[in-house]
Order: sequence, then C-alpha cells, then structure tokens
Amino acid sequence: MEPPTTTRSVKAISLISGGLDSLLATKVILDQGIDVEGVNFFTGFCVEGHTHAIRKRQREKIKRNNALWVAEQLGIKLHIVDVVQEYKDIVLNPKYGYGKNLNPCLDCKIFMVERALDMVGFDGHKFDFAITGEVIGQRPKSQRRETMAIITRDSGANDRLLRPLCAKNLPSTLPEREGWVNRDALHDFSGRSRKPQMTLAATYGFTDYSQPAGGCCFLTDQNYSSKLHDLWSTRGQRNYELDDIILLKVGRHLRPNHRFKLILAREEGENNFLKGYRHRFIQIDIASHTGPLALIDGDPNEGDLRVASRIVARYSQGRDESKVSARVRFPDGEEKNMNIRPYSAHEIPEHWHIGV
Amino acid sequence: MNSTTVTLDTTGLLCPIPLIRAQDLAKKLAPGSSFLLLASDPGVYYDIPAWCRMHGHEIVSVDETSQENIIQMWIRTAATTNRTNQ
Repeated sequence: MEPPTTTRSVKAISLISGGLDSLLATKVILDQGIDVEGVNFFTGFCVEGHTHAIRKRQREKIKRNNALWVAEQLGIKLHIVDVVQEYKDIVLNPKYGYGKNLNPCLDCKIFMVERALDMVGFDGHKFDFAITGEVIGQRPKSQRRETMAIITRDSGANDRLLRPLCAKNLPSTLPEREGWVNRDALHDFSGRSRKPQMTLAATYGFTDYSQPAGGCCFLTDQNYSSKLHDLWSTRGQRNYELDDIILLKVGRHLRPNHRFKLILAREEGENNFLKGYRHRFIQIDIASHTGPLALIDGDPNEGDLRVASRIVARYSQGRDESKVSARVRFPDGEEKNMNIRPYSAHEIPEHWHIGV
Repeated sequence: MNSTTVTLDTTGLLCPIPLIRAQDLAKKLAPGSSFLLLASDPGVYYDIPAWCRMHGHEIVSVDETSQENIIQMWIRTAATTNRTNQ
C-alpha cells in the first residue's frame, strides 16, 4: 500500500450491505473528513428487493437496491462487484463452518474484507483502511469478540480494519494511531440491542433505512437453506450455478421423488419470470384453466410428468374439476397435452414441499 | 437513438446483475459514449438512475416495449473517466 501523502488524501473502503449498521459506520468516518468509497458484493444470495419484485411487478412502488440507496444518502460512490463464482468456495467449503443454517458468516466476512482491501478506488489508488458496520455481540457467529479477531487476522487486514460502531471496545487500529481518525469520536456499541444504532440514526436524520429481519443474505434463511440442501443432496454433489440459487428464491418447490422437483409460480410475476427458462426446463401449465406455470427440474419419466401435472392442476382454477388438460412443453419445443385429474389437497403429502 | 452502437441485453436477469453488466460496459467504453440497455427486471427503474446520478452518467431516454415488457434505456456515460473494479 502506498502511504497517504500531501497530494493524496486518506481513503477508506466501506462494506455496504444496505442495512443500517454499514450506513452509520460509514457516516461516522465521513464526518471525520475521510474520503470513503463503498463496495457491495453480489454473491447471488443477497436479499434484495428486486427478487421480490418478480412477485410484485404490478405494484406501484419499485423496490430499491438498498446498497445504492445507502450510498446515495451518504453521497459516496459505490462499487457493486459480482463475486458469484469466487463466492462458491466460501459457501461450499467454509473453513469456519456454517451458522444455524447454511450461512458461512465468518468466512464470508473474511472474504469480503480481504477482497475490499484488494480493490482499487475510482482514483486508481488502493485504500488505506476498510470499514465495516460490525458490532460486538450483534450476531451470534460472526460478530463476537473472538470471531471478529479472526476476521481481522484471516482477512489480512489486521490493523487496517476499523469498526467505527464498536471501535472503543477494541484495540486501536492504524487509522486511529496515525491520527487519520479520532478515536474519541467513534462508538462503543455492543450486544444485540438495536437501540444505540436507532438513536444514532435519528441523530443523523436517517429514517427510511432497511432493517431486514433475517439479515441481508438468503443463506441465513431456514427455508432457503432447506431448498439448497435438497438441491445438493438430489444432485449428489455440492455445487451450484447462479440460475440454481436464483430459482430457489422463486415459487413453491415440491419434490415428489428423487427424479424431479417442481417449481410452481405463485403469481403472475413469477409466471413471467419462469417463462424465461422455457429453453432449459420442461414447463407445465393447465391449458383448459387459468393457473400457474411450473418448471420441472430433473429427469422425470412419463408417470412423473403426470404427477407433476396433477400438482399444477391443484393450484389452478380447475382444481375442483374431474378432468383438466395439462400442457407439457419440452425445451426443444415439443409439446403435448395430458388429460388429468387434479390432486385434492390431502393427496399432496406435506413432505413433498421443500422449505415451506 | 440512431447513434447507439452498443446494445447490452440483460433481459431475464435480475437486479443487480443488469446494473453490474452496465457498470462493466461503461468501464470499457470511451467517456461520453452511448449504449442501449435492454432489461426485463423493473428494478432497473431504480438501480440505473441511481447509478447514473452517482457516477455522472445520463439516461437519455427510457421506453418499455409492449411485447414481453422489455425495458429499453439509452444511457450516455460520463464525459470524464471513472475507474471501477472487478
């Protein structure tokens, strides 16, 4: 790292998730006159409003990208970096294991801090230190005193990692010792309470910030993790592509047997989204009645297609009919119709539903 | 927009991927260049303007085709160079 000079100001890179903590942490450092740029890493597992926008297309309010919103509120520039491929190794082989679900939070934070400090700013220079919104005790796995020390060490950041919201509870860092940052103006938050952050947010006049209940990552979600686990176990290998993990966010997932899974749209927006996969998956809808579109993931036989069609019919307007016409479209364009009886509710076993 | 020579097709991709692709393309284009972004995720209605405001790019016009709700955005990149990371 080239040291700051009289011609180059001190620069920090801040990990922006789009939540309140990173918003506040960055604001605290900006207020000390530091030049800050933000970075938001796209892992494919991010809980962003636009995934939900698939389902809410007709609603007036467009979902915002919270990381972009935070950067705009702060008046900083934001790098949005696609790390989907690199991140696979974090998800598949976490050195420090998973949290309650398939969330590799500790490895994730190590990865992101290391990656952030390796970046080049918009002025072509690397950053002098990194900022995170971590708070001691805020999260059960990655935000404990001992695990935060691991992040500091394993990321290679060492004393170039500053956590402005709890810095007073931690050893001083390079930016504090060099006098770039005034330690007295940093904070000593700790524990799971959000009150100190909310009070600080009010001080700054931030009111419209995002506070997702499950954090900013789908891997902390039990239902999502169940679907990912099912994906790995039925394929016989722990791997994924971006489309796999996107599709886990969409629709109802039902697995009648090991040969196939059904992804069933829940509304028009999801219907439209799943149509985009017509060249990759078998699709089923009910030709004779209004209803959802479904994708078949796997290698179904003729009987499986009948089972799948009967499930789709169950969720259609023809659910109470004795017979409906199901339309099966194959990726090569071939199409066939099947006359089937819709399942009744009790004929669909509970265990077919994945991650409900 | 007859002067548009580059088209970035992100239809079928969910945000923020269209934004990331636009960001990557803008990095490669000369300052002040124009390109056409095609997208199907309505999230671009928020993301792209926010990104443009942040980096000095300009949305020249926006249109949505009646067929399959394809959003068309003509974007002119900032007149000065912005270096970005990948």
